[in-house]
Amino acid sequence: MAPPLMELRDITKRFPGVLANDSVSLSIEPGEIVALLGENGAGKSTLMNVVYGLLSADKGEVRIEGDAVHIRSPRQAIDLGIGMVHQHFMLVPPLTVTENIVLGNEPAHAGVIDFSQAREAVRDISKRYGLAVDPDAVVQDLSVGMQQRVEILKALYRGARILILDEPTAVLTPQEVKGLFEVVRSLVTEGLSVVFITHKLEEVMGLADRVVVMRDGRVVGETRPSETDMAGLARMMVGREVVFRVEKKASGRGDTILEVDDLKVLDERGLEAVKGVSFEVCTGEIVALAGVGGNGQTELVEALTGLREAVGGTISLKGKDFTHAAAREIIAAGLSHVPEDRHRRGLVLDFDLSENVILGDHRRAPFARHGVLDFAAVTDVARKRIADYDVRTPSERVKASALSGGNQQKLVLARELGRDPDLLVAAQPTRGLDVGAIEFVHSQILAERDRGKAVLLVSLELEEIQILADRILVIFEGRIVKEFAAGEASDEDLGYYMTGGSGEKLAFDAEEVRSADDGVDA
Amino acid sequence: MTESMHEMTIRRLLAIVRELAVPIVSVVIAMVIGSIIMLISGFDPVAAFSALLKGSFGGGRQIGETMLRATPLMFTGLAVAYGFRAGLFNIGAEGQLFMGGLSAAWLGIVLAGLPRPLNIVLMILAGAAIGAAWAFIPALLKARVGAHEVITTMMFTYIGRYIVSWLVTGPLKAPGQIPQTDVLPTESTLPKLHEVTAFLPISRAHLGFAIAVVLAMFVWWVLKYTSLGYESRAVGYNPWASETGGISVSATTVKALCISGALAGLAGVTEVMGVHLRLFDQFSPGFGFTGIAVALLAKNNPIGVIAAAILFGALSAGGGTMQLEAEVPQKVIFVIQALIIFLVAAEQIARWIIGRASREGVEHAG
Repeated sequence: MAPPLMELRDITKRFPGVLANDSVSLSIEPGEIVALLGENGAGKSTLMNVVYGLLSADKGEVRIEGDAVHIRSPRQAIDLGIGMVHQHFMLVPPLTVTENIVLGNEPAHAGVIDFSQAREAVRDISKRYGLAVDPDAVVQDLSVGMQQRVEILKALYRGARILILDEPTAVLTPQEVKGLFEVVRSLVTEGLSVVFITHKLEEVMGLADRVVVMRDGRVVGETRPSETDMAGLARMMVGREVVFRVEKKASGRGDTILEVDDLKVLDERGLEAVKGVSFEVCTGEIVALAGVGGNGQTELVEALTGLREAVGGTISLKGKDFTHAAAREIIAAGLSHVPEDRHRRGLVLDFDLSENVILGDHRRAPFARHGVLDFAAVTDVARKRIADYDVRTPSERVKASALSGGNQQKLVLARELGRDPDLLVAAQPTRGLDVGAIEFVHSQILAERDRGKAVLLVSLELEEIQILADRILVIFEGRIVKEFAAGEASDEDLGYYMTGGSGEKLAFDAEEVRSADDGVDA
Repeated sequence: MTESMHEMTIRRLLAIVRELAVPIVSVVIAMVIGSIIMLISGFDPVAAFSALLKGSFGGGRQIGETMLRATPLMFTGLAVAYGFRAGLFNIGAEGQLFMGGLSAAWLGIVLAGLPRPLNIVLMILAGAAIGAAWAFIPALLKARVGAHEVITTMMFTYIGRYIVSWLVTGPLKAPGQIPQTDVLPTESTLPKLHEVTAFLPISRAHLGFAIAVVLAMFVWWVLKYTSLGYESRAVGYNPWASETGGISVSATTVKALCISGALAGLAGVTEVMGVHLRLFDQFSPGFGFTGIAVALLAKNNPIGVIAAAILFGALSAGGGTMQLEAEVPQKVIFVIQALIIFLVAAEQIARWIIGRASREGVEHAG
């Protein structure tokens, strides 16, 4: 029998205090799509970074077609036919698609780059693999999905036979995910092998030929999507049963907490991003704002939370006008905010956990008196919140940057919900989290609603919206174009209005997702 | 949470050791390279360093000299460090220092005849205020229109220096040929340390040193234990998260740069009140800029600033003895200072050496 295309044997990689990879072995056959599934911090990216020469393993070996190889740099990995597309793209934004693709391997005569040859080469590859792209477009003008396509073309141009995709769908819209899946399928029919790192179960079910599950640095199982279901994968990945649909009681809608009337907000470039939006959020209900990213959600949330000036309309909280209030006043009025970007807006990563827990309340008793912090009180509350919100950490004196993504988000929730707000504005609260953490965040948001609080949820994930929302508002190009009651709209209906109600209905792998879900519910 | 007190103590000690490792290794490497340079140039590094040590810590007078020279660096080091903690690079400490010196030289004459403790307090407060004021305009420009403080504080340094230059050659010039102000009356000066404490040997060190040390501890406390310090650090680490947490980034920026300016102003006040007793054009050989190096070496920790300033003070105090006794040019001191700054700035070099050493240690043990 021929040796596998690539084989990893007993790869072990230790970081100070963490065993990131513990004797990991796996093999990849030609023309195969392998999903590397695991929670954040399970060691998936570490393993692939070892393969790509970005990290060196402490033990173990990599074999390509049976030959042991020592990969010390990405350059060597590329020469061996391994290509990797990182979660954060490595493109030069002001350069064109062609320039980006040939960068490092420019066809040149006597030091002069032959651009017509380069353009030809890009066109050839793009045609061969069915990855349509304009070779002369400037990368910074492209959508995120297109930029990813350029990254894939770059790897192919360098002769990749094995393509590693690190969380490729994290930054994509549902339509772009669908497009990516098609691209991956066409790549394997051309004989490539694809390894994709993910923590999303539906992607594994919809795309992979084979799935390798990692937990705590070890391979804990290997299976085929046809031989398992989402519940089975989740159990392997998390190590326990996972509830997909959190219990939800009927909404006890009460008084109006937030009232937004004809709100207009500008974006960074001074263009109107929110074009006259009106809605209200009441106690005991979750109002979800559904939409494709970049349709004004970010600006709307920033205006509500005092981070961006509104240029028109009004915002009132509990009947008082807060249109031009500062963030500090809005927090004091009872609004808590889980920001969409927890690294940039949610946490001070260099602060320890207790310092992060008091952010926003750091001038108030019991944390501060006459401008002096009371660290005994701070530590007490921090410990209590860390325990209440299940933040996994050795102590409250650890820097926030040392936590995993899920625990960081729990820390944000611990602060924002621990304040006991009247209104929670949660923007993409589960972005980048694994199933265990998503389950936790969802149950906390529902608990707020059941305690009679008002919740505004902004999400790009239709599944999340369907699970949590009591009312759904669809936003498109800065306007609310449709309102649904819970359970009234299918994913297709939502997708239809999210894309302006004119284009084709979204038909991403909703069928597969639903059938897998049924298995869980039963 | 399950961690025992004992483990926590050990972990904190280890963290402190890790923090100290880079500055200490940098200083050692700088001295080694300095020795190599001396060897190549035909000097005896052992003789040079023992003379250096003798000149800086060899006796009461020498220690006093080290303290004297460390004093202004402690103030400017604190100034730059506080700015850095809030994400601001106050490169203009020199200008704030000149304005502080100016206020002391003028006020000291005006207040002649009043009780000494009163004069000292008033002159210190005035110097801090004018230092803060000199930083306020760049701070306002930063907060309002985003003008970068590196440019504006630097420009204000030139303005400050030339104002002093003009005043000491014109309106405030004392009678005589030399462009300098009148000498301060005794009640407007800082006492020598041996005058206020019975047990210290006679030296040139003045009360400014004690003030600087106490202030460094106070600044450390402010940064760590007050809402003001918390907000400064939060903005320095992550202005976006601070804004989301209801902190006004522009107000915090203005406050931090003014505090920085006040600290730098005190360097000028104490130099005038404790050392020169008058003001002249060249009264600071760039203490404001050396303060940047002090802050870097201290890794912006106010307590570290005390140690870093004493080190730089010792190098400066011992340099003369080194030249005299080992016949090594004093310029070698500047080379070593420059190397220390270079190595601290290029922290990775020291980290790499530390990493290698500990790895080899592990291999030898195993």
